[in-house]
Amino acid sequence: MEPERPRLTGTSAASIPAASGDLFESPPRSSANTAVILSAADIGRTVDRIAHQILESVGDAETILVGIPRRGVPLARRLADRMGTFSGTRPDVGSLDITLYRDDLRGRPPRPLEETRLPDSGVDGLVVVLVDDVLYSGRTIRAAMDALRDHGRPAAIRLAVLVDRGHRQLPIRADYVGKNIPTAFGDDVAVRLAETDGFDAVHVVRAA
Amino acid sequence: MTTTTPDTTPTTTPATTPATTPAGNEADLRTTAARLPRHLLSAADLDRDAAIEVLDTAERIDQAIAGREVRKLPTLRGRTVVNLFFEDSTRTRISFEVAAKRLSADVINFSAKGSSVSKGESLKDTALTLQAMGADAVVCRHSASGAPHRLAGWVSGSVVNAGDGTHEHPTQALLDAFTLRRHLVGRDRSAGAGLDGRHVVIVGDVLHSRVARSNVLLLSTLGTSVTLVAPPTLLPVGVESWPCGISYHLDAALAGADAVMMLRVQRERMDGAFFPTVREYTRGYGLDLRRRSLIADDGIVMHPGPMNRGVEIAPAVADGDGSVITEQVANGVTVRMAVLYLLLSGSDGGAA
Repeated sequence: MEPERPRLTGTSAASIPAASGDLFESPPRSSANTAVILSAADIGRTVDRIAHQILESVGDAETILVGIPRRGVPLARRLADRMGTFSGTRPDVGSLDITLYRDDLRGRPPRPLEETRLPDSGVDGLVVVLVDDVLYSGRTIRAAMDALRDHGRPAAIRLAVLVDRGHRQLPIRADYVGKNIPTAFGDDVAVRLAETDGFDAVHVVRAA
Repeated sequence: MTTTTPDTTPTTTPATTPATTPAGNEADLRTTAARLPRHLLSAADLDRDAAIEVLDTAERIDQAIAGREVRKLPTLRGRTVVNLFFEDSTRTRISFEVAAKRLSADVINFSAKGSSVSKGESLKDTALTLQAMGADAVVCRHSASGAPHRLAGWVSGSVVNAGDGTHEHPTQALLDAFTLRRHLVGRDRSAGAGLDGRHVVIVGDVLHSRVARSNVLLLSTLGTSVTLVAPPTLLPVGVESWPCGISYHLDAALAGADAVMMLRVQRERMDGAFFPTVREYTRGYGLDLRRRSLIADDGIVMHPGPMNRGVEIAPAVADGDGSVITEQVANGVTVRMAVLYLLLSGSDGGAA
């Protein structure tokens, strides 16, 4: 019944069929209530820019990009690839599942856990750049910072997101933002990446 | 409105009318885990999806805390887990206690000895007391088969069977399946996988073993073929209806097996003459080095503990290559964390 789960390990960007019932199964077109915010080419340029910005601000500090599953992980991997191209050294990439640190576990069905993969040597003294697709309430990032604290003591924690849609519920902001998208509370911001969805796009479905 | 057609996209039919149901900011591929029943009383309560979900969750939890200084997660903060043990147990009780504490739950240990049970309190009254104290989960071990089932009808939290008489011990079966999957499938390829096409031999006192019963049920759910090997006196009535094979000859059954699971000779339950002497039992059904060599080259040796060294298993085998007995204990904590997470994280707190 459960379709085979996409694996985020390995570097292959093989397209994985989206689960049934997912919002879109192919690139959407703009329509009355759907706006395409970033195309595949836009996403590529945005990733390049954020990669430059991270390189500019962290300098020579030892850096690790930590993606938050699901879509933060392929984004972190892309950023690392680009940083490797620009600077000659590709930073490490990790993945950090924050489900066990969520503050809303009660009152809804249990969530499946995702992959956590951090270096065996820990994160002590590293500059950790958290990478996620959408920054919204800030609660995911709060949970990620709690989780990181249990893994060690990074020199600094930074945050890179592809989309900031506003509506923060906690005093958190991103250091590197791909695009700010003003949204209403009921809107749905959907990030689609080739690694998880088969194509690249960011679109907003406006609340009816 | 802009009409943008992404240029590097697979050629699929364009979406005609996208669904408009707002899904917050999370349109994840899978946001809900396979559901477990409210209580974990029998390995038969778990269908294949639920069983694999437990094993996958355990693998993820292990990843999340591996190599960390702080081996504690805040997941079940404010929840109360009661260990209700009417029968002696060290490893299972400690394993559940460590599992609950690693998830930040409050743990209350309740053993029949030194409690009001020794003053004659009934199981139902004990249950109602726990209910009044607000237990979110009750982990129950009892010498009477079926006691956790009765308990489940009296408390509003989740009941986990930690061994009831000669009936079932589902978390032991789950940790055995987890250990098997790690070794036979491999940690990296295990996500979502069952144990299909494997062959496991379970040897010894099946009659008194709740471990054997739970393992037969769970392993057959996961696609493994199981052969029980025991002297005829130590097989329960009706065993031929179980989803497994039966043999009286250990040497023949072991040939090429992926794993052999030795059961403890439960002397405390031996109220009849089941075999003439311990020595004769060991000759017929003990695992020594010669028999160890009969299983598959990469096969593993398991034992739920506590071991009777020199009776059902030779020390050289218990400590030798391919023995995963201490690993089973470590995996027990992880698997029980997974069970508690899946049973408790979604609920609103039964004793509200």
